[in-house]
Amino acid sequence: MTAPLFVFYVLAGICVASAVTVISARNPVHSVLFLILAFFNAAGMFVLAGAEFLAMVLVVVYVGAVAVLFMFVVMMLDIDIVAVRQGFLRYLPVGALIGLVLLVELVLVFGTLGVGEVPFPAAEPTPAGVSNTEALGAVLYTDYFFAFQLAGIILLVAIIGAISLTLRDRGPLKRQDIGKQVHRERSASVRLARVESGKGLG
Amino acid sequence: MVDQVLTIAIIVGQCLLIVVPLLLGVAYTTWAERKVIGSMQLRQGPMTVGPWGLLQPIADGAKLFLKETVVPSGANKVVFLVAPMLTFILSLIAWAVIPFGDGLVISNINVGILYLFAISSLGVYGIIMAGWASNSRYAFLGALRSSAQMVSYEIAIGLIIICVLISAGSLNLSEIVRAQSGDGFWYIFPHFPMFVLFVASILAETNRHPFDLPEDEASLVTGYNVEYSSMAFALFFLGEYANMILMSAICAILFLGGWLPPFEMAPFTWIPGPIWFILKICFVLFIFFWARATLPRYRYDQLMRLGWKVFLPLSLLWVVLTAGFMLAFDLLPA
Amino acid sequence: MATALDRAAKTFLLQELVSGFWLTFRYMFRKKYTLNYPYEKGPLSPRFRGEHALRRYPNGEERCIACKLCEAICPAQAITIEGEPRPDGSRRTTRYDIDMTKCIYCGYCEEACPVDAIVEGPNYAFSSFTREELFYDKEKLLANGERWEREIAANLAADAPYR
Repeated sequence: MTAPLFVFYVLAGICVASAVTVISARNPVHSVLFLILAFFNAAGMFVLAGAEFLAMVLVVVYVGAVAVLFMFVVMMLDIDIVAVRQGFLRYLPVGALIGLVLLVELVLVFGTLGVGEVPFPAAEPTPAGVSNTEALGAVLYTDYFFAFQLAGIILLVAIIGAISLTLRDRGPLKRQDIGKQVHRERSASVRLARVESGKGLG
Repeated sequence: MVDQVLTIAIIVGQCLLIVVPLLLGVAYTTWAERKVIGSMQLRQGPMTVGPWGLLQPIADGAKLFLKETVVPSGANKVVFLVAPMLTFILSLIAWAVIPFGDGLVISNINVGILYLFAISSLGVYGIIMAGWASNSRYAFLGALRSSAQMVSYEIAIGLIIICVLISAGSLNLSEIVRAQSGDGFWYIFPHFPMFVLFVASILAETNRHPFDLPEDEASLVTGYNVEYSSMAFALFFLGEYANMILMSAICAILFLGGWLPPFEMAPFTWIPGPIWFILKICFVLFIFFWARATLPRYRYDQLMRLGWKVFLPLSLLWVVLTAGFMLAFDLLPA
Repeated sequence: MATALDRAAKTFLLQELVSGFWLTFRYMFRKKYTLNYPYEKGPLSPRFRGEHALRRYPNGEERCIACKLCEAICPAQAITIEGEPRPDGSRRTTRYDIDMTKCIYCGYCEEACPVDAIVEGPNYAFSSFTREELFYDKEKLLANGERWEREIAANLAADAPYR
């Protein structure tokens, strides 16, 4: 067994094991932590496959941002494990069906790999002469430019939607105007006066 | 077989060659911080242990090492103990891609800057796990603040890095440094506003003053590490300072020309590259201490406002300006 | 218009940050106010009220005549005195205790003493590990007097013109 193969089996083994633990762990926070471990190992496998850019982006986006939000939600919610478990049997058939569909699809994909013409030729992970990142960038910003922009606009719409859903008018609020505060001069707020005794400022 | 053993031995040797001086550097960073802040507040700082207090960090380390590790009864024990280790390990593994000199790097990978970015975005987990596992309100609030803060400022850091990447045309850290060679063409000069923003953002990213809200003594009694003691606390402490050094190193690479001397002239070129690199790291670290001695702590909403409404638009604007300038004058690296 | 421009310039050139940073940088090179304490100590006033001591006359006779004025004036009631005439006819204490945990270092005992016997010396570093060590008896106070006589005499002499 060569070294890369050995590393692959280690990464893949941990990945599968932690994926199983994600759905079997009793504590939801542990589930999220194992999910992160699974992401991490997947990133490792991307590196092995020569797709280092994808690996880093996976870590930055999924582990660094998305899973943090998961963690936030899961930590804040006081999830009742017993109630969740009660629905297990009820949802089992649906879950099993989805799993079966995925399995059949995978079998179909891998079953046809060696047979006849491939409809979409697989791209080399590292094209000769250019680094992985450069190759991705060159394709992303030229051939798939509109798809890329479209994805950006969809995300923008999602952001605006989320903000407009949570933003509510709470009536007249006292707002802090930082610019006004910073540029307030001493002369505008302090007046030194000589007060005569018994008279006051008047 | 002998070859493989030799390879592994070399790798372990390289790791030790970085980790041991780094830990020593961390120890003396704490000493330097206390001395610098002391001077700025007209104090002397540590003076008793050793000459000028030079043995103080070792005494502190020995004290923490010999104390008892206390795990709170309501804590999630495994997560509680894994969190400081994670923080510490993450602050060490990032050094694998940092070039100390021309070719002096453990792993010269093509996506070096992305690797650093990924590792620094993982740093939030140590804190969030610590806050959750401590089963304490203060620790939990600290963890929440910290993660929101780090996620927010990472965006600004990412955009600032993009400005540098457009100028350098590579994600490889050694290439970024080489792109800055030539008399005084460090990126701090063309990108000076971004340098200021970057320094402010790494202050926030490492939870340092004036953005140290996750460990705000006044409102959170030191936040996420409130339940930690002895070695577990020491690991957080080491991790925090190692992260500071790491961020300073990144700043030195991106803006201060890494190992390059300031002028390609005789007296400057005599000093070897790694020394220049370390001097630049010390300079950025000094800014860390300086800011701590100068600025009061931000309020949390001001921190978020600064990150999202000031740093993000400014850095985005600078990305557009840089790209437009490079394109207009046909300066884009091939 | 000019003020708006001024304001914008102030904001974008970070004028306030820069001036703050410059201030702390200058302070870094100022003379330090603090002392390296166990090795350097600040000056003490001759009137400093520290640890108590019972003094003797130059011929070795103890000054205290057991008049109990200090015991009477002590606001914290920290002093306990018992006295009786000695065979030679002079009145002297058989017991002179000060509970240093009660003492508030007001200096009234010193002021009340007609013979300058009880004084508060310049020693302020006399902490101990147990309470019992802070219950001073006559022997301990006389020993203090012997140890600190030089400093106490100098302080009394320095303060004398102002009394």
